[in-house]
Amino acid sequence: MIKAVLIDDEPLARSIISEYLTSYPEIQIAEECNDGFEGAKAIMQHEPDLIFLDIQMPKINGFELLELIDQQPAVIFTTAFDEYAIRAFEKYAIDYLLKPISKARFDQALKKFLDHRQLKSTNEQEQTKKMVETMTANSALERIVVKTGNKINVIPTETIICLEADDDYVKLHTANGTYLKNKTMNFFEKELDPNIFVRIHRSYIVRIDSIVRLEPFEKESHVAVLTNNARVNVSKTGYAKLRQVLDI
Amino acid sequence: MASSPLISSKQKLIAISCVAVWIGTLIIQTGLLIWFNFNIRLVILDTLISATTITLACYIITNNLNYYQPRKERYFYVIIWGLCLAAIALAIDRYAIRYLVSDKSYLAFLDLSIPIRYCANGLIIAWVAIIQVLWNTLHDQKENEQRKADAEKLAREAELYNLRQQLQPHFLFNSLNSIIALIGRKPEEARNMTFQLSDFLRGTLRKDDQQLIPLKDEIEHLKLYLEIEKVRFGHRLETVIVMDNCETCLLPAMILQPLVENAIKYGLYDTTGQVKISISAKKEESHLLVSIQNPFDKESNKPHKGTGFGLRGVQRRLFLLFGRTDLLQTHHTAHIFTSSIKIPQI
Repeated sequence: MIKAVLIDDEPLARSIISEYLTSYPEIQIAEECNDGFEGAKAIMQHEPDLIFLDIQMPKINGFELLELIDQQPAVIFTTAFDEYAIRAFEKYAIDYLLKPISKARFDQALKKFLDHRQLKSTNEQEQTKKMVETMTANSALERIVVKTGNKINVIPTETIICLEADDDYVKLHTANGTYLKNKTMNFFEKELDPNIFVRIHRSYIVRIDSIVRLEPFEKESHVAVLTNNARVNVSKTGYAKLRQVLDI
Repeated sequence: MASSPLISSKQKLIAISCVAVWIGTLIIQTGLLIWFNFNIRLVILDTLISATTITLACYIITNNLNYYQPRKERYFYVIIWGLCLAAIALAIDRYAIRYLVSDKSYLAFLDLSIPIRYCANGLIIAWVAIIQVLWNTLHDQKENEQRKADAEKLAREAELYNLRQQLQPHFLFNSLNSIIALIGRKPEEARNMTFQLSDFLRGTLRKDDQQLIPLKDEIEHLKLYLEIEKVRFGHRLETVIVMDNCETCLLPAMILQPLVENAIKYGLYDTTGQVKISISAKKEESHLLVSIQNPFDKESNKPHKGTGFGLRGVQRRLFLLFGRTDLLQTHHTAHIFTSSIKIPQI
């Protein structure tokens, strides 16, 4: 038995997929979801083999959803019109279906999935990961989704005070609390707006608005005091970058 | 205005002209003077001095032309300036040679040849100036053409964008997908939606931007759009339209559409749960006042980012039509976004 989850914010769009799926008795629909949150939860709960995923959805979009999931199922995207995304799909996704979706095209995608399943390529996960990264990299990072246990938090980047390296994770310090995200400091340094976030130390990126003051510390080094009263070391190169951005 | 490669290519032209003048004068004058059987030392001294002064004169005039491009009726000044430069160059020649040379016969020859030297100087300066002017004109023309082509390209892109915006591919394809889903189980609804969609598209295409239409017609068009969205998101979209005694007020065609689209985009596409979009219109003194409200999620949206283009387009149209920038206003509380538009009734 193959388990599938349908994620689309339009009930009719889901109904057409489920209708097409009736000719595949070996595929069982585990759940239909209305938005990205529900989708992420359903995937964690059912661990499906295949998901049909819309991109434009409330709260978190399709790509952000994929970012949250540890065990990636096979993904078939369903979307109406997005030249840009289509290029990414062609490169990485199992397949993508453009709305309106025809039965013939649907069957073709399913065949591709079923063939794929037999071969079960190991780099599939890598591929999807890469795609998600390309898609998120090209739209300026404005919000970050993190998963804490079963809870999903959407953090607008403007609420972030600073980011701190923590082994394989990055700690996001915000006014409302601290979150862990499994990304690297280099990723954030590259993706966050360099005029707003500055890497002041190997282990710290700060939002420049949240710096209250800079104090000299030992010889040639500085310490930044942030709005949440944290004191953060500033390395020599970090200080130079900071001076450049702040124009001092 | 002039780009850096242009400046550098102008400098190059000046350098080449000057070197050509210097070498040319050197060769021709040396040749002529040797032909007249003068002492070679005197010949070289004379030639070096006069070649250098004329080259300097050329350098001055080309640089002037580089910074100051005369209009047609002002070419006269260039001629006078050229003649003056020729005279100055010759005067410097004469006094320098008088100072350095004591050979009486050579000095007599020098004075005798002054008119010829003056003509030669004048011709050289004229030649260099003409080349410079021609070259500048050519470049300006090229630049103008480039600018014109750029402007045309921009206009075409804007037009294309508008067209694409009008057709709203996302909306269109999603609606078609809904129709296909309905065909199997609710053929009657599918048929209805197809009619609604075609009426909506026809309305979008027919409308002229400049035309003023009664509010009632504009609202009818919006209703079609909202009905289609209701089929797609029926379970959670609710619309309220209130017109307070202003059905016949006039407003520019399709001016409300982007505002309602915006309300749908942020109210419906970007939130979960029940959504109520309300449109209310009333007449206030000599204005028609329409306000559109939608819920929005402050957490996942920044209301001003991205809402930009549609609202800016409306603002721009209002400005072009009425010459005012205060006709469209937006504000938001924690959960409600409101855009209000005022249309002067003439």
